[in-house]
Amino acid sequence: MNFDILEFLRSLADFTVFDYVRSVWGDAPWLEAVLDVVGVLVVSTFALLIVFVLGWGERKILARIQDRIGPNRVGGRYGLLQMVADVVKMMTKEVIIPSGADLVAYLSAPALAVMTSLLLFAVLPFAPGVIGVDLNVGVFYVLAISSVSVVAILLAGWGSNNKYALLGAFRGVAQLVSYEVPMIIALLVPILLARSMSTVGLVEAQTLPFLFFVPLSAGIFLVAALAETGRTPFDLLEAESEIVAGFHTEYSGMNFGLFMAAEYISALFMSALFVTAYLGGYRFFGVENVVLANGFALGRGLAILVLAVKTTLVFFIFMWVRGTLPRFRIDQMLNFSWKFMVPLSLVVLFVAAVLDKLLPADVTPFARAGAHLISNVLIGLAALEIIRRYARQRRLLQEDVLAARARSRLEPEVTAPALSETIGAH
Amino acid sequence: MQSEWQFIAIFAVLSPIFPIAPMVINRLLGPHKPNPIKQQTYECGIETVGDAWVQFKVQYYIYALVFVIFDIEAVFLFPIAAAYDQLGLFAVGATVLFIFLLADGLLYAWNRGVLEWV
Repeated sequence: MNFDILEFLRSLADFTVFDYVRSVWGDAPWLEAVLDVVGVLVVSTFALLIVFVLGWGERKILARIQDRIGPNRVGGRYGLLQMVADVVKMMTKEVIIPSGADLVAYLSAPALAVMTSLLLFAVLPFAPGVIGVDLNVGVFYVLAISSVSVVAILLAGWGSNNKYALLGAFRGVAQLVSYEVPMIIALLVPILLARSMSTVGLVEAQTLPFLFFVPLSAGIFLVAALAETGRTPFDLLEAESEIVAGFHTEYSGMNFGLFMAAEYISALFMSALFVTAYLGGYRFFGVENVVLANGFALGRGLAILVLAVKTTLVFFIFMWVRGTLPRFRIDQMLNFSWKFMVPLSLVVLFVAAVLDKLLPADVTPFARAGAHLISNVLIGLAALEIIRRYARQRRLLQEDVLAARARSRLEPEVTAPALSETIGAH
Repeated sequence: MQSEWQFIAIFAVLSPIFPIAPMVINRLLGPHKPNPIKQQTYECGIETVGDAWVQFKVQYYIYALVFVIFDIEAVFLFPIAAAYDQLGLFAVGATVLFIFLLADGLLYAWNRGVLEWV
């Protein structure tokens, strides 16, 4: 087949350009390498550019939630170019490196943070056939790469030689490590339902989105994803009011900007992964497979649009939570992970596994979904009841302590520690 | 199989460009006038006292230990979940026992009071 510029442009428009190039030049190894390089550049550039849009959107929406206007000067009425102006400003700021810093750790931390969040996009399916690479261990790869961000935070905190940075890094490691466990166990449930670890396999298995099978697993994953990306209410690793700016206290200029970019990119990826694992990814009533009569694969473009809309909706939840909830205390946050989310996700996984084995093999998808849904609702109600009883018990204890304190106003030094001791003991 | 990981390898090699390019541009565009006071470690505006590289209590240590156990568990559970169709009743029973043992480990850690941030 000879190269035809019109055919090339058409394949570019319907996202089949790689297939077209392969059909023209054959499957030479060097061609695959070139295509891989092009793919890497496209995916990375896309991920970095989307930060501009997300940053602007988040500031605008947060402003609305907090009854402000938000960016409204640069780039017209709606402040569309605010993020561009910010990046230009960060680029022209002085890079101040503290004299006590460990240069290698200090400088490699922001680079590592951005690298890991970009590498995640290698396995995200954008549309049928539009994916970096469909690894058969896709989800496993995502978990492996995303846990490297812990190292970036620890490097930044340690390399800065700053006490606030070190405190922030400690909290960061404890938080990321704790929330990774419920995230992994929650993600096991869709893998179990799809019988596949590849991200494409997950999407293809969702004739009915897994959200309707296992809403509890989806909820656990969403909360854990919030914590993994260090966003409010889990932003303890950069809590301004407590430890200045946490692990990136000593970073200025673009080095700081890279941490911000990494946070946005990984938050975007986590919402996209949520869509892929629970909301059917790019699928929307078969619209992703539409091919026009002249062979134009319109469905691929539509599928990307579907994925973008779904991801934006999930990211909107992230912003909404950020604008609404206050920050957790560190011990509350760790307790929430280890004493609530981990046991709950283990129970959800256990019930899903047993139920799936008990169901007859020829059952319809809807019946299967219904069985899983009922089990999830029951587990959820039980968990709520346990939490309610625990909260009630604690409230009664607190009332007792307060009453005791009111009775003995003469010795406040006896009752003041008693309050925290009594509550801490339970 | 090989070409699959080729993409990841190329990605891993190329990805440092994206953070390093802005860092270099920043260094070229920005002013560069260091002085000892500016380069002090930040401590809320007062003079820096001592080093941060001292002996400290690693509070996340126990959490990290428990995390390692669960992470290794995941390594075993992922293939089991992906190949769930091929599993017989005995294998399912073994998996269930495995999850129970882990939950037991979590309970043990909980009862020993190591899951407290102190």
